[in-house]
Amino acid sequence: MPVDLERQRAVCAALRAFMPARNVLFEREDVTPYECDGLSAYRQPPMVVALPENESQVCEILETCHAMRVPVVARGAGTGLSGGALPLGNGVLLSLAKLKNILAIDAPARTARVQPGVRNLAISEAAAPHGLYYAPDPSSQIACSIGGNVAENSGGVHCLKYGLTVHNILKLRVATIEGEIVELGGGGLDAAGYDLMALLTGSEGLLGVVTEITVKLLPRPECAQVVLAAFDDVGAAGEAVANVIAAGIIPAGMEMMDQPATLAVEPFVNAGYPTDAAGILLCESDGTREEVADEIARIEKIMQDSGAHLVRVSRDEAERLKFWAGRKAAFPAVGRLSPDYYCMDGTIPRRRLAEVLRGIAAMEKNYGLRCANVFHAGDGNLHPLILYDANDPGQLQRAELFGAEILKLCIDVGGTITGEHGVGVEKIDSMCVQFGAAELEALHALKRAFDEHELLNPGKAVPTLHRCAEFGRMHVHSGAEKFPELPRF
Amino acid sequence: MDTLIQHFADTIRAATEKRRPLRIRGGGSKDFYGNAAAGEDFDVTGHRGIIDYEPTELVITARAGTPLAEIEAAMRGHGQMLGFEPPHFGGSATLGGCIAAGLSGPRRAAAGAARDFVLGLRMLDGRGTDLRFGGQVMKNVAGYDVSRLMTGSLGTLGVILEVSLKALPLPQAELTLSCELPRSEAVELMNAWAGQPLPVTATCHVEKRLYVRLSGAESAVRAAAKKIGGEEVPNAAEFWSGVRDHRDLFFSGDGPVWRLSLASTAPELGLAGHQMVEWGGALRWLKTDADAGSVRKVAREAGGHATLFRRGGQTAGAFHPLPEPLMRLHRRVKQAMDPAGVFNPGRLYPDF
Ligand SMILES: Cc1cc2nc3c(=O)[nH]c(=O)nc-3n(C[C@H](O)[C@H](O)[C@H](O)COP(=O)(O)OP(=O)(O)OC[C@H]3O[C@@H](n4cnc5c(N)ncnc54)[C@H](O)[C@@H]3O)c2cc1C
Repeated sequence: MPVDLERQRAVCAALRAFMPARNVLFEREDVTPYECDGLSAYRQPPMVVALPENESQVCEILETCHAMRVPVVARGAGTGLSGGALPLGNGVLLSLAKLKNILAIDAPARTARVQPGVRNLAISEAAAPHGLYYAPDPSSQIACSIGGNVAENSGGVHCLKYGLTVHNILKLRVATIEGEIVELGGGGLDAAGYDLMALLTGSEGLLGVVTEITVKLLPRPECAQVVLAAFDDVGAAGEAVANVIAAGIIPAGMEMMDQPATLAVEPFVNAGYPTDAAGILLCESDGTREEVADEIARIEKIMQDSGAHLVRVSRDEAERLKFWAGRKAAFPAVGRLSPDYYCMDGTIPRRRLAEVLRGIAAMEKNYGLRCANVFHAGDGNLHPLILYDANDPGQLQRAELFGAEILKLCIDVGGTITGEHGVGVEKIDSMCVQFGAAELEALHALKRAFDEHELLNPGKAVPTLHRCAEFGRMHVHSGAEKFPELPRF
Repeated sequence: MDTLIQHFADTIRAATEKRRPLRIRGGGSKDFYGNAAAGEDFDVTGHRGIIDYEPTELVITARAGTPLAEIEAAMRGHGQMLGFEPPHFGGSATLGGCIAAGLSGPRRAAAGAARDFVLGLRMLDGRGTDLRFGGQVMKNVAGYDVSRLMTGSLGTLGVILEVSLKALPLPQAELTLSCELPRSEAVELMNAWAGQPLPVTATCHVEKRLYVRLSGAESAVRAAAKKIGGEEVPNAAEFWSGVRDHRDLFFSGDGPVWRLSLASTAPELGLAGHQMVEWGGALRWLKTDADAGSVRKVAREAGGHATLFRRGGQTAGAFHPLPEPLMRLHRRVKQAMDPAGVFNPGRLYPDF
């Protein structure tokens, strides 16, 4: 779609009325760096990029766009994996990158008040001198922004015990599309009225723009240790996960990798993973020394009783970090195996793990593509990494169909199409499989309650019924199920 | 859809058509909470029973009319519990009422609130449409988080039919310690403990005494007890359930009781009356004859809000007034879910 130059000029002029010209970008080479997020298969340069330096400019940008009926896409660090920050060719990309100050750390109250562009890890770094940290730790934490974390309700390897973003924030300042500030949550542990803070969390920039976040900080655990267990059969590994939970243990983290994943990782980082195992588990305990000693002994025994052929406990902090280094490098390591990979993000009930992995293995044959599996096993969040080569025509499309079929399987076993990466543009058709028309209509009604003219990140996260109807037809062709409950347009 | 749900939906549609409000009611244990709602009683207790409980998945799903006590007993049988330690306020409390009220008990500061444990729900909106949001898995970001929005909305957005909740294992060991201490020092100590890796799962200051509960592995509880000191409280479970359900002596009488939710480090309130402090300092119960305006001013200045929890003759609205832009959003959200305004009008705010 060619840029509407007249419109572009008008929008830039309106923005320059209250922002320095250097923070309003429109030249092709200036806006191109914003054309995609972490899901680079989708690209679209925005009409205009606005780089506000403070909250009141954010409000003015929104007010202006609202008045001119220009769609707005908010962007944090652009590490999102579902195309949530994909710009619109007729819209403004609102980057929060310049709002990157940590405004206050209140050590006695254990809170940090930060701007949305602050990097996730920077909060923990700033809190460290007080013996505190911010718990949610997405693998992208050196780069991703806290505003983006709120918009995606991001998790990390420790969220089984410490929760997702929604569990670790106390207060948000949010700019509405009209350019008004509302405060959600508060200084205490709850707020009067509806829990709009929870509703905003994970709303992918469709309901408002987050301009300030007060997060909860936790005391650093006294110590942590991790158990590495190897299994000949992924089903047995899944069983071991259930046994740990059944024993009343909530580990600080419980991750699984299948053999294709460990084979990719081991030569890359030498984490000490046995590459002959069908799957490995990493199970961490943290807390006081007494607690950890107790729990680790119990976990070790459960792993053995569950049929692990090798169980190792990290002897010191260096070894603990080495065990984790492999897991944390899983994506880039898999990336070395293949020119491109496509990261999926379904959640399933843990007991269906073996069945789902078998299903994925069968799909590998059908689509002629390989897949490595990395899994937040503790909370059932699966990250299949589909390997493909974008230069080979047809492979990307095959990878996408493969991905969509994995998500369908996740739904069929009682799970969901996204655990933490969001729907964005990527999984929008899978939303038609997960939700009925009535639910989608209710979600649209909520959207309009916040954004009557649907200017905030339109076309993302929640599909129109029209789109689902078309998608349904598409799937009738390939023999998959129809959507009889949907109205056809 | 089973026949009872069909009947619920028909009732809602008829009410919507005639614009005749419905007053949704579970066991009635929280009738006292919030403002009086207009409307015809809409009893949901017939829709009951645990649908699915998979202890190794840490998930329980039950119908809204299920007695809370039944759910907790089933979970106890598998060594699990509801992590937010929900208040019952009487034997008739149901799951639906518990989630609609969104109240949490003593474990809140350590483990999370009711909304933190809600994974998904099924509901009927103001058109009588049967809707499902969220699910039965731990992590799910597909669609807006309507389940958490419903939590604490006091039945003003829809009729909750089923709820899926995350379960937590019961702690292996639990111990409560107590010592005599002035309130301001107690609040300071609560905050200091929360800043250290200690297994503190509840705190309370009442009648000049500080109580602290430790939970976790036997060894960890013992080690922490040594560090913290104080006398061990016998019958601690009874003490905490008394705090949770307001059977504690502090709540006796029939004057107004205010619930102030504040920053945990908020200083002394400077209001006359009696106080109980919970949640590491973030929750302060206040028995006072002070007027609503002064109580709310104090709460706002401490970064929080004040609820008139027990009216005791006060005429103010139960919930802290909202600034207009936020109130406008509330009205629009209500309008989206319940366009005819049939559910519990006035219970939360007089506007809707
Ligand atoms: C290597 C890698 C590893 C990852 N690991 C994890 C992981 O372990 N767990 C996990 O959950 N995610 C993970 N992610 C995904 C991603 O990092 C998260 O979704 C992150 O929260 C996105 O933050 P961001 O600042 O990059 O947001 P962006 O990508 O810029 O934006 C994401 C969405 O948020 C919206 N948005 C951004 N800022 C705001 C704001 N201030 N107000 C309103 N809306 C806003 C955007 O419109 C968009 O819809 C990973 C990504 C990569 C590349």
